[in-house]
Amino acid sequence: MIVTRGLTKRFGPILAVDGLDLDVHEGDIYGFLGANGSGKTTTVRMLLGLVLATSGEVELMGRPMPASAKTVLPSVGALVEGPAAYAHLSGRANLATFDAMGPGSDRRSRAARIEAVLEQVGLGGVDRRPVRAYSLGMRQRLGLAGALLRTPTLLVLDEPTNGLDPQGIREIRELLLALHQRGTTIFLSSHLLAEVEQLCTRVGVLDRGRLVIQDELSVLQQPTGRTYVRTPDVAQVRALLDGQVEQHDQESLLVRVDDAAALNARLVNAGVRVQELSPERHTLEDVVLAATDAGSDRIARDTAARP
Amino acid sequence: MIGVELRKLVRSRRTWITIGLIDALPTLVAVLLAITDIGPRPGTGPAFLSAVLTDGTLYPLAAVAIVLPLFLPAAVAVVAGDAIAGESQAGTLRYVLIRPVGRTRLLVAKLVSIMTFVALTVLVVAVTAYFTGTLLLGDQQGLATASVSGTSLTTQQVLVRTGLSLAYAMLSMLGVASIALFLSTVVESPLAAALGTIGVLIASTLLLTLDAAQSLYPYLPTRYWLSFVDLFRDPILWRNVSRGTGLQLVYVVVLLGASWANFTTKDIKD
Repeated sequence: MIVTRGLTKRFGPILAVDGLDLDVHEGDIYGFLGANGSGKTTTVRMLLGLVLATSGEVELMGRPMPASAKTVLPSVGALVEGPAAYAHLSGRANLATFDAMGPGSDRRSRAARIEAVLEQVGLGGVDRRPVRAYSLGMRQRLGLAGALLRTPTLLVLDEPTNGLDPQGIREIRELLLALHQRGTTIFLSSHLLAEVEQLCTRVGVLDRGRLVIQDELSVLQQPTGRTYVRTPDVAQVRALLDGQVEQHDQESLLVRVDDAAALNARLVNAGVRVQELSPERHTLEDVVLAATDAGSDRIARDTAARP
Repeated sequence: MIGVELRKLVRSRRTWITIGLIDALPTLVAVLLAITDIGPRPGTGPAFLSAVLTDGTLYPLAAVAIVLPLFLPAAVAVVAGDAIAGESQAGTLRYVLIRPVGRTRLLVAKLVSIMTFVALTVLVVAVTAYFTGTLLLGDQQGLATASVSGTSLTTQQVLVRTGLSLAYAMLSMLGVASIALFLSTVVESPLAAALGTIGVLIASTLLLTLDAAQSLYPYLPTRYWLSFVDLFRDPILWRNVSRGTGLQLVYVVVLLGASWANFTTKDIKD
């Protein structure tokens, strides 16, 4: 669906995106993670032909961008760095205005499609007030409605839950999952690890313009080879598994054993009361933090320069 | 896209308020002239004003000459300066481009919309002025309209020459629009684009009063704006009108070319 080869963008002396090789498959919900200033937004803009690459190539649905923008973009829905609308028009008028632009819009079905997407994003009952009077969450929903207006096969979303309350976030998550079920490929750019962990099937991590991780989420969350045991008989377990216990406190232990089933059998045979036992998994947070540095919004004091 | 832009223009309240305000000035002038009957001394004041005291049929031209030096170009600068920079500031530009609307097509649509605004304004001013002129200042029933040179003109001649003058005024405004549209693709703020354009026009007007800048006169954008007066001489004095047309066309071609080159290769980052 999305392929980039050696995609690079230089703004003057700053290398914003450096030799990016993205590969998003059809049917993915691809989580694109990165700290603030790591080049996520520049990448999204290059995918859509807004920012022109210094070197490298972008392919959307097998066609080169931005050369094929006219044929490719009508089946792409996007939310780029927050929603935007004509403030003096109502939500419906905005959707109608945007839908009338460019190729690939059917005028006769327009009104029905607008009502359908407003219903989908939870704005079905919105009145005629201008977008100027909308809350941040309503604008976000309207932006999403705009992206869905032409039933895209690829959705490119940059921070889609920005400005939404917990209920709103869950609603949008369910909407995205429903769209995914119907075969929509979703490219989700975010810095919210939890959001990506809950939604995505594949993950790419950007660090200072470079892609440092690109893999299935399930692979990233593989077991660490340690098992977590919760029991009232901590002392007994320590005696039994001498040398394999890495950490312990008064009611739980972390044991260097990767076969949780065998461990459980062994503990039960020895008369240990096991309350809880599970293989420890890598969390997305650990993986991402291990692979990246702090974001560009953190500016540390240069200690060497101080007297 | 052109349809979308025109609909936005016609439905916008700002368009009609601007046109109303521009139209109010010549109307006020007509009322004052009718009440006081005091015209500017011949050779001073806006073109045609002394002529219209006796003959209202020339008032559309006088009205255009009243709004052309400042009101109209300022409005054109604001509207054209808003074209790209305004969308950019509101954040809608990126959503327009990924619809997708081609960048060249967007520029053309914006230009068509701006020129529609100019044509609409000029026509509204001319039509209102025709009515206020003939009603308040009176037409010389049965008598032929006099040219600036003193000879008389047939109704057909007046009509043709009025049409030519209005077209000439619109071309001058196309020149202003090109400056503003170019700046609109360069700067991020619509205000900066509009003020930059007005700055260029003020500088040009100022240099025209400076004898030391005489060698620059033929290249200044405002130099030939009011030359449409020459169309009402007998015989028509084409020299300045054709120079003005040529000058505006050069400005339009160069600046629209620059706008296109800049906008189609620009990174949209806002």
